[in-house]
Amino acid sequence: MIKTTAQRIYVALIFIFLYAPIATLIVLSFNASKTRSKWGGFTFKWYASLFEDEKILQALGNTLLIAFLSASIATVIGTIACIAMQNMKRKSRTIIMGITNIPMLNAEIVTGISLMLLFIILGFKFGFMTILLAHITFNIPYVILSVMPRMKQLNPSTYEAALDLGASHTQAFFKVVFPDILPGIVSGFIMAFTMSLDDFVITHFTKGAGIDTLSTKIYTEVRKGIKPEMYALSTIIFVTVLILLLLVNYAPKKKQDTAAVK
Amino acid sequence: MNNKRKLLSIPYLLWAIVFIIIPLFMVVYYGITDKTGAFTFANIAAIATAEHGKALWLSVLLSFMSTVVCLLLAYPLAMILSKMNIASNSFLVLIFILPMWMNFLLRTLAWLSLLEKTGVINNILKFFGLPTMNIINTPGAIILGMVYNFLPFMIMPIYNALVKIDPNVINAARDLGAGPFKTFTKVIFPLSIPGVISGITMVFVPALTTFVISTILGGNKILLIGNVIELEFTTTGNWHLGSGLSMVLMVFIVISMILTAIFDKDGEGSML
Amino acid sequence: MKKSIAILLCTVLLGTILTGCGSENDTPNGEVYVYNWGEYIDEETIDLFEKETGIKVIYDEFETNEAMYPKVEAGASQYDVVCPSDYMIAKMIDNDMLAELNWDNLPNAKANIGSQYYESSEQFDPGNKYSVPYCWGTVGILYNTQMVDGPITGWADLWNEKYEDNILMQSSVRDLFMVGLKLNGYSLNSTDPAELEVAKNSLIEQKPLVQAYVIDQVRDKMIGNEAAIGVIYSGEAIYTQRQNSNLEYVIPKEGSNVWIDSWVILKDSPNKENAEKFIDFMCRPEIALMNFEYITYSTPNDAARALIEDEDIRNSEIAFPDLSKYDLETFSFLGEEADELYNNLYKEIQSSSN
Repeated sequence: MIKTTAQRIYVALIFIFLYAPIATLIVLSFNASKTRSKWGGFTFKWYASLFEDEKILQALGNTLLIAFLSASIATVIGTIACIAMQNMKRKSRTIIMGITNIPMLNAEIVTGISLMLLFIILGFKFGFMTILLAHITFNIPYVILSVMPRMKQLNPSTYEAALDLGASHTQAFFKVVFPDILPGIVSGFIMAFTMSLDDFVITHFTKGAGIDTLSTKIYTEVRKGIKPEMYALSTIIFVTVLILLLLVNYAPKKKQDTAAVK
Repeated sequence: MNNKRKLLSIPYLLWAIVFIIIPLFMVVYYGITDKTGAFTFANIAAIATAEHGKALWLSVLLSFMSTVVCLLLAYPLAMILSKMNIASNSFLVLIFILPMWMNFLLRTLAWLSLLEKTGVINNILKFFGLPTMNIINTPGAIILGMVYNFLPFMIMPIYNALVKIDPNVINAARDLGAGPFKTFTKVIFPLSIPGVISGITMVFVPALTTFVISTILGGNKILLIGNVIELEFTTTGNWHLGSGLSMVLMVFIVISMILTAIFDKDGEGSML
Repeated sequence: MKKSIAILLCTVLLGTILTGCGSENDTPNGEVYVYNWGEYIDEETIDLFEKETGIKVIYDEFETNEAMYPKVEAGASQYDVVCPSDYMIAKMIDNDMLAELNWDNLPNAKANIGSQYYESSEQFDPGNKYSVPYCWGTVGILYNTQMVDGPITGWADLWNEKYEDNILMQSSVRDLFMVGLKLNGYSLNSTDPAELEVAKNSLIEQKPLVQAYVIDQVRDKMIGNEAAIGVIYSGEAIYTQRQNSNLEYVIPKEGSNVWIDSWVILKDSPNKENAEKFIDFMCRPEIALMNFEYITYSTPNDAARALIEDEDIRNSEIAFPDLSKYDLETFSFLGEEADELYNNLYKEIQSSSN
């Protein structure tokens, strides 16, 4: 009993540590004073002005669209690559996995600058497309690293069995392999989506005029102080996702969900 | 059939060549040339100057300490969580990456509000008549920022390695007379090593190259190698030196990749 | 789990659709790409410009001169109008990156900007060929009267051990060295290695007293009583005083920096005419006034200053100081070699132990 209480307290402490800054931001979003360091009373006005601030909303739109597109494309490319790698010799697989690690481990600023150099040489116009390409690039590794382990757990004979029973390759894949690796694909997608959402450095170097994501918008605001609308927006995003998570997790159809994940 | 399947790797390989390998070679090219385009090792050798050497040493030291703290915090947590029988482990993943949906810069700035001399934590301490702490703008604050930002990357792989351990193995150890301590050192820990290694890599390497955390929480008083590289790319405009120094950092990346390859042959300790 | 993803995706897509609408505007009269400091304009003025001229403004922001330069130089985006500071303008002129202005297209700029600002601009733009002043100001010390003993008068006070851990310094290279050089009585444009060495040693000596080296956070930290003394741009002083009445701004007696941020047009700008229209529009008295009131940085627009209703602000010694009373210098571009020297010394300061 004492042991479980101690364990609960420990978990709670880590959660407090992880969520303390989040709580701070939420509190700041209700601060009537424009300055971070002064409490000017409780207000909802930043939430009202947020929806009138076209620039922030546009940055939000760009951020979500880029995150969604880059995560989706990365998921497709990454999953296909995993299927291919499954049939490769150990050596070539190791090499590909090595390459995959590069964008994850390289200093972000180096990845950002090198992509900028590449886009200049290729003569691309900087804007939405260049950001998207860059995000897909650093998202693919997250997909591969989460799909690959599932792939390895697969029993190859089920696939062969499906073929023997007359299924085509495509059918066999979608009926047999796909359901098994789906959890890996899903968590890869979520990870990629989150990474894209949170990236600043690489976006900064690959963006062009007139396009902003939330990160780059916040960075330019740092000079003159963060607009409180940003705190309001973060709070809305956070609360939305949290509610969705709780809803889904405590929904009555829990068993089915669990089955899909396992 | 196998050959046909291998063809599926072509899109990714093409992508990797254009967007990973070629840019990497461009960094190398910049790193081994000077402004006139002549070949030189000076940009790489520049790591040996007093300031750069010290910055690298400090970075290694601070990232090492954060990695150790992360490991010490994450391992017990992962053990507790792995025994909790949480219905959906994806829910757990999401709970840990949820803070990332709040922008990274905002989260780090929020720590500033918490840690400042007149910040939230000190006000609470004062309210209870406790002595205030002065951690902001010290290496301690940077370590805290690193631990905060990278802790999830340590928790997830260890957790994933631990939940994969077959309970029968542990039961077998118990049946054979191993106490809890021995079961841990002889069975659980060795089986979780792939996760530990992957966690160490995922924390140590980004901590080594960060510059935002040290700028915001270190008050620019502590120069890390990431700050030097950022300075060369954005302020000084000496991309050759910046690239040369980045190449030095790549050595650490290669080391961590080799470590991962040795200890984590089957991708057991994956992130997710 | 699957369901949660589905719901997430729907929210995302909905959000995208809701926010992404209305971005497709007609641009009958072309466009103009503007690259300005972050939060350095009242965005309503851009709307007014677009409505009046039918020219679409694509507006982008940078954080420092040094961060702006490589992006413009690389030609990653086709910017037309940029707003760099004095020494950076000199560097861009030096590297043949700017287009000469046609003053016939800039009647408001000619009429409304005070002649003394054009004279000051000659230091970095001889003959006023390339730049139209947009904002200007001094660099000085902001201090909290409740937290210091007696008034602060000069840079030397930043070396007073009483204020240990209560001093905020600027982190950008030139601003930081300016303090070190001026303290020792040298020009802020010094390239003499011996003088710079002295300045460096002073700054290293000061480091244990400094709470943090920052750019933007001086403002928030001073308002929140986090520090007693901070080096700050005059344009921020008016805003901070409104928020915290204990704050005083002073131009140090040893002398300091006076700076100008000016509009310039890039040489390879494809929309030069629109660019000139944009610059001239910003020089209209009522537009310049809107910008002044929004960003609180001193305007060189005399006609706009005359329109300021609040007499205290119109005659404010902070916003519009009598420059003859102080020993002020403008930064000039020192050449690549000197830049490198500055940067190496800067690293030495940063990596010195506390």
